Amino acid sequence: MFKSVYNWIDERLDITPLWRDVADHEVPEHVNPAHHFSAFVYCFGGLTFFITVIQILSGMFLTMYYVPDILNAYASVDYLNHKVAFGGIVRGMHHFGASLVIVMMFLHTLRVFFTGSYKAPREMNWVVGMLIFFIMLGLGFTGYLLPWDNKAYFATKVGVQIAESVPYIGPYIGQFLYGGDIVGAQTLTRFFAIHVFFLPGALLAMLAAHFLMIRKQGISGPL
Amino acid sequence: MAHGHKSDEKVVFVGDSRVKKNNHPNIPPDYTSFPGKSEAFIPNFLLKEWMVGCVVLVGFLVWTIAEPAPLGYPADPTNAAFIPMPDWYFLFLYQFLKYPYVSQDYIVLGTMGVPGVMFGGLLLAPFLDTGKERRFYRRPIASSLMILSLIATVYLTVISWDHYQHQLEITNTIPEHHIREEKAREAAAKGEEAPSTTKKPETAAVAIVEADDPAHKLMEQSKCLTCHAADMKGNPPQIPALRGIGDVLSKEEIVATVTNGNGNMPAFKDSLSAEQIDQIATWLSKQKAAAE
Repeated sequence: MFKSVYNWIDERLDITPLWRDVADHEVPEHVNPAHHFSAFVYCFGGLTFFITVIQILSGMFLTMYYVPDILNAYASVDYLNHKVAFGGIVRGMHHFGASLVIVMMFLHTLRVFFTGSYKAPREMNWVVGMLIFFIMLGLGFTGYLLPWDNKAYFATKVGVQIAESVPYIGPYIGQFLYGGDIVGAQTLTRFFAIHVFFLPGALLAMLAAHFLMIRKQGISGPL
Repeated sequence: MAHGHKSDEKVVFVGDSRVKKNNHPNIPPDYTSFPGKSEAFIPNFLLKEWMVGCVVLVGFLVWTIAEPAPLGYPADPTNAAFIPMPDWYFLFLYQFLKYPYVSQDYIVLGTMGVPGVMFGGLLLAPFLDTGKERRFYRRPIASSLMILSLIATVYLTVISWDHYQHQLEITNTIPEHHIREEKAREAAAKGEEAPSTTKKPETAAVAIVEADDPAHKLMEQSKCLTCHAADMKGNPPQIPALRGIGDVLSKEEIVATVTNGNGNMPAFKDSLSAEQIDQIATWLSKQKAAAE
């Protein structure tokens, strides 16, 4: 049944090469922990992606309850965290997953660095990877404000004050992030939009580039 | 025409579309001729990865159930006592900006200079380290720079955290999400609803009793009202209102609280004499809602 449906679509659209390009690649012995246990260091990139998928999914569920305005933001998080069935787990996964992504990405970066995998011909992939790193830090910074408790409020205030101390463009960065002169209603909606739309959009584009490049070039050879 | 059904055409298309008619059997490639014990990503390797992924996911779930995500009290811009703290992965930068020569007059060096060079160097690493050698122990400059940066980052993070803990200690502060969790747990133990954090308890109706008492002036001078507010309404739920405090605490309890502190409340035994504390406590214990 599935096969005939698949063949029917494949005959018309020739979809097999599309996914075969992604699916058909070999996993060499030197990166396979089943053969060399120390090769587990090659898993950090995949784990980063795995946690990122968890972040996207849990984040999608959080937005079902979260209200990005200063009167209701805290109350909606409070409600989600303490009243909604399994809401605490969803928020917990998003909260701790944010830290876990940073940890995994950090380990992945170190693996790539110490195995010299960023060298020619993979320079561009390293640069894209670093951009992903910065996007993740931006996601962490903007997401921290959203629960709108004191910790969120004052950390964001300090963070934007640091950004404001940049010469010449600092005040403009501050104005852009605040959406005014203080951390307030505008800041919250801005951070929400950046956290939920702008940065994830950029992240997905960068991830696509990251994966296309590694698929095209293959994983770096044994040392 | 390329779209006919003549069998001697080299390329045959599906209908009048641009999709080529495909007669290749759908067999996955064989990797056994590759060097070493290579295996196919799909399905061989991915299945194993998924099993590891499931274990990780279950562990993660257990973690989130055992350790609820923290949530403090609603943001209050007038709360001057709050110690700001970024997320842990920004601590190294936060701590770095506290040192002289990268703060105050030299802040540009702290926000742009050093981080710019470090992150710029990291971003452009492939163009700075262009040698062919990949093994880290044969690349002493790149590796030692990275290890040094790692040590510095870990050091700054730990110092920053220590500093925060120390600050909590000297200001006698318990982080809000801990207080909140503790209160919810106490309420649950008594079988009550968790105390509401979004609505402040109504204190406006309670009047100040004997407002012209000299103890009132003394409390202003001894900075009691800096936190408990000039109108003595406090800032619940973190800072209790002093209006109507006589209904909640006895005179002896007030003496004990003022003398030795309690939770976020600092001890006043060094700044106030026993007589002064007694004077304040006597007046505060008269603060009852139904006094009139």
